[in-house]
Amino acid sequence: MMFSFRRFIAVLKARNLEFWRDRAALGWNLLFPFLLVAGFAFVFSGEPKAEYKVGVLQQSAALDRAQHPLLTTRFVEFVPYQSEALARQRLAHHQIDLVLDLTAKRYVVNPDSAKGYLVEKILLQQWPGATREEVTGQAIRYVDFVLPGILGMNMMFSCLFGVGYVLVRYRKNSVLKRLQATPLTALEFVGAQVVSRLAIVLAIAGVVFVSCQQLFGLMMLGSYLLLLLVAALGALSMIALALLIASRLQSEELTGGLLNLTSWPMMILSGVWFSLEGAPDAVQWFAQLFPLTHLVSAARAVMLDGAGFAEISVQLSVMATMSLIFLAMAAALFRWAGDGR
Amino acid sequence: MSVAKVSSAMPAVLAVSQLCKSYGALKAVNNLSFNVQAGQCFGLLGPNGAGKTTTLEMLEGIIKPDSGQIFYHGEIASRQHFQQLGVQFQQTALQDFLTVEETLRMFAAFYPEPADIQELIRLCDLGDFLTQDHKKLSGGQRQRLLLALALVNQPQILFLDEPTTGLDPHARRNFWTLIKQIKQQGRTIILTTHYMDEAEQLCDDLIIVDKGQIIAQGSPQALLREHFEGALLQLPDPGFIPLLPDGHHASIQTDQLCIQTPDVQQSIQALLQQQVPLQGLLVKSATLDDLFLKLTGHALSGANSEAE
Repeated sequence: MMFSFRRFIAVLKARNLEFWRDRAALGWNLLFPFLLVAGFAFVFSGEPKAEYKVGVLQQSAALDRAQHPLLTTRFVEFVPYQSEALARQRLAHHQIDLVLDLTAKRYVVNPDSAKGYLVEKILLQQWPGATREEVTGQAIRYVDFVLPGILGMNMMFSCLFGVGYVLVRYRKNSVLKRLQATPLTALEFVGAQVVSRLAIVLAIAGVVFVSCQQLFGLMMLGSYLLLLLVAALGALSMIALALLIASRLQSEELTGGLLNLTSWPMMILSGVWFSLEGAPDAVQWFAQLFPLTHLVSAARAVMLDGAGFAEISVQLSVMATMSLIFLAMAAALFRWAGDGR
Repeated sequence: MSVAKVSSAMPAVLAVSQLCKSYGALKAVNNLSFNVQAGQCFGLLGPNGAGKTTTLEMLEGIIKPDSGQIFYHGEIASRQHFQQLGVQFQQTALQDFLTVEETLRMFAAFYPEPADIQELIRLCDLGDFLTQDHKKLSGGQRQRLLLALALVNQPQILFLDEPTTGLDPHARRNFWTLIKQIKQQGRTIILTTHYMDEAEQLCDDLIIVDKGQIIAQGSPQALLREHFEGALLQLPDPGFIPLLPDGHHASIQTDQLCIQTPDVQQSIQALLQQQVPLQGLLVKSATLDDLFLKLTGHALSGANSEAE
């Protein structure tokens, strides 16, 4: 049967009205991320934590502490970097305190960083004669770092529960059965749910982003349009994941459990709260399976590093591929209420 | 999908042949066959769990039969036919936070040639609560809205699954009037109910279903004529079955002595002669409920099983 925009628009309008008129849910969707960001801004508004993070330029991804006695210094975390440009960028943004190039016997420091000053003093005692280089840049506060993560996490909850849970509720209370008895096709119905949720999620993320920018003066070095593309693709991939989970379930309890099973690892392992740099390889590998990881890393790259389309093309491709795979699987598995048509 | 013709001479609007559906070991619908003629109000009468809803949902294309065939206008039922049906389910939820009018307009948008909304509003008497959230409607108002939704595609065949269950007597009678009006428009109505008075009021033809099987078929009047003669006497169980003249049938059913009699006066005389107390004596014409009781040994309203 042909796709009908008339039927699609009718369901889209109904779903949007349903969301807009459910004032309690709407209020919570707006308030929750804002409260989280405000809470984190307050908690981390003081001086940064007194621990030192030093980047080490090397060929391999794993750090070999035996290569130099400096790397055994206590209370300093050494993070390997294969790209000097990336390490310098992190240093400029105060995300690390110093960069070491052990083979060339040189180091790079940010003269505006208090922690950089101290860690330089500690290391120079053991490494006299090393060549000094400098980079400068605006410090990234924790609120700058965490906001893309919190926005991404809120989008994830809104996409997973707002689509998955609602779809199963519709199936359980026979809304889907009534719609099945009309000419409405699964593609029109599911398409309307996707577009409605995408618009809602982006609108809410936009409101929270602008509010936070006004309140905290967030760092935004890249293109707003590119950030919107990142958000749209990230939301689409997570909506598609929700559709896949809810494609034929009938039980709200089981759906709630499966959505939690999906959302909690994403919340913890997708780099929402802390950078995954320095995390064990297995964790980093596992995190790549989550759409949220790619959404957050691409959003941070645009906002904090001023990354362009080419620099985040990998994340964009992964999110687009995930969206297509999840949508195709959800379409194949989708079931209204009965098996008659 | 290819459409196969099965009959050339005046086919029934709906023909059902050897329809079966099981859920595990339970045979919800067991070899049902019947025809529905154009313009009829056709009833599926039976207790809860008889298989009425399962039958209807197979006819509506919601669930697949295990075996058997369904024909609309002599053609094998297809998606095309299903979309032309008007459907009112027994239990339906609608999308939340929509008003009555918004709900009507959403459903109207699903069809290429929807009915005139104002006409539907007038017919189903929805004018007083058009801007109200459909969740806040009374039982009768809600059923009228669901009926309007079933009529939104101007169907020639309308399925109503227990449309008056849970309504108060006044709302039920209003709904009957509405169904009669719709029937007068020439539409075919297929109705399930476990209310025998509803079936007697509305149905031209019906099947009585129990445990997934047809146990009687015909018009309500013909069925009663066929199975009952004269009148029914009911009185409290005297503890024995009295001797009655030829042509009488007596049985004890749920603490009641039931006598089907061709001659009431003759029966009462026989009872008095055998000193059967007549307190609580009831003389009445037979109803479909009595017919069901006679055929199955249990009452329409009291029977239950696992699947509907």
